[in-house]
Amino acid sequence: MKIDVTHVAKLANQPLKKEEIKKFESQLSSILGYINKLNEIGTKNVEPTSQVTGLENVTRGDETKPSLSQEALSNSKSTHNGLFKVKAILDE
Amino acid sequence: MKLNQLTIKQAQEGLRNKKFSSVELTKACLEQIKKHNPSLNAFITVCEEDALESAKKADDLVSPGETLEAKPLLGIPIALKDLFSTKGIKTTAGSKVLENYIPPYDATVVKKLKDVGATIIGKTNQDAWGHGSSGENSDFGATKNPWNTEYVPGGSSSGSAAALAADMCIVSTGTDTGGSLRLPASFCNVVGLKPTYGRVSRYGIIAMASSLDSIGHFTKTVEDSAILLNVTAGHDEFDATTPGVDAQNYTKNLNNGVKGIKIGVPEEYVAKGLDKNVQTRFEQALKVLERLGAIIKKVSLPHTEYGNAAYYIIQPSEVSSNLARYDGIRYGHGREKFGDEAKRRIMLGTYTLSAGYYDAYYKKAMQVRTLIKKDFSDAFNPSADGVDAIITPVSPTPPWKLGEKINDPLKMYLSDVFTVTANLAGIPGLALPMGFANELPIGMQILGPQFSESLLFQIGHAYEQTTEWNKRKPELNSSLHIGGST
Repeated sequence: MKIDVTHVAKLANQPLKKEEIKKFESQLSSILGYINKLNEIGTKNVEPTSQVTGLENVTRGDETKPSLSQEALSNSKSTHNGLFKVKAILDE
Repeated sequence: MKLNQLTIKQAQEGLRNKKFSSVELTKACLEQIKKHNPSLNAFITVCEEDALESAKKADDLVSPGETLEAKPLLGIPIALKDLFSTKGIKTTAGSKVLENYIPPYDATVVKKLKDVGATIIGKTNQDAWGHGSSGENSDFGATKNPWNTEYVPGGSSSGSAAALAADMCIVSTGTDTGGSLRLPASFCNVVGLKPTYGRVSRYGIIAMASSLDSIGHFTKTVEDSAILLNVTAGHDEFDATTPGVDAQNYTKNLNNGVKGIKIGVPEEYVAKGLDKNVQTRFEQALKVLERLGAIIKKVSLPHTEYGNAAYYIIQPSEVSSNLARYDGIRYGHGREKFGDEAKRRIMLGTYTLSAGYYDAYYKKAMQVRTLIKKDFSDAFNPSADGVDAIITPVSPTPPWKLGEKINDPLKMYLSDVFTVTANLAGIPGLALPMGFANELPIGMQILGPQFSESLLFQIGHAYEQTTEWNKRKPELNSSLHIGGST
């Protein structure tokens, strides 16, 4: 099983060095080879489990409460007027 | 006995009876850290000033009898895994991405610990983001095993286990997504609790794989583990996966013994690949429990061999999603700072979730998860003559040498084979010492149905009282030369 590391890295927005691409290609292929073991078992009509203790539709009242405000900016290198400042993503 | 060697229980009594002060207790721990952290690398951050200040406050509050009920951890030094958000204290997750990150809020568990008076003595080293079984994936250097510094302490909660085994604190916290608490507990000869999924709030704990992450702790005794769960368990409005099931008084049934309790031994776990020393110790442990009145029975968990494969799809998938938030804009550095293991999991998870592969990998693994969960509920089913609990070794091998598996990720992943199934099934596991091989610790885990922590403590306490393996301490100075030659 071969994995297109460059494509996956693009999807994951993950910068990689050139030499890493080859290394990960072989490591990830051997891991995928191992997990393909799951094809040995039939799972037709088996429901997937995503919430293991069986909770469903957990909601809370729609009420405002005090929460983090300006202190949420305290670790950012780039802020403006009490907001996170990011690079433009659309051209004018 | 030195103050830093005390258990929670002993420290509570000493403080209450004014035999010593919290400042003295805290200083004893800080001195031990100064002495041995350079060789063990268990801490990323030591909070000397804050800890002493908190201890002073505790000493002013201590009055005999009164405080124990409301503030059971008053003046007791605790070390926190560096995944636990601590307001004003640097929290790195063991990664360079967050090397300067200072959380503006406390995790729910941290708040609860502070509310009952605990003193935070420092933040412990770990595999970055919780990714690892050996502690070697930390971006701040590997933690060493206090029993022999040439060996790994187990991971990912490596620093918390090593710090406690080396008596640098009275108690420490960890997380367990696939064995990250139980493995280091067993490699360092301490008690480690992985609670039922959702029993302890995940709010403010840096997320690894959200459907698997369990928040627990390391202690020197089973009783201490129960004392701590009494503080941390319960519903949290900030974590929707904490159920409404009431937390119990976990110390209540400690002394009830194991007479008549049915304990299962899964044949799939002892069938193949078990190290000889581990097998011998495990058989001895079974005999002890039998002698104490437990009924040992064979059980079968037929999907065990698929657990690890399912885990290494589900976990990286959720990791890739959780780590997507690190963009260097709101906090931390950019994504180029991720270490190798985080990159591997990000890519593996992105791949298994990507278009065309989701059904073949993620969905398939979640279906296998259903089968693994059913294995356990069948084994525990009272109307089908099921058992009350299951015990297995934590790891098929004793601790391995630093560097032994680091270049072979798949080999490292396979070390989790006995622990991942509990996370997939959401059940609790209590790891505790069951002896030594060549002066290196070996541990067992007691697994039970969801929310059966009380029973696990009851069984573990009975075993511990008889064997007292937990009382053996590493000789820290001998760590300078090569040990393990017996």
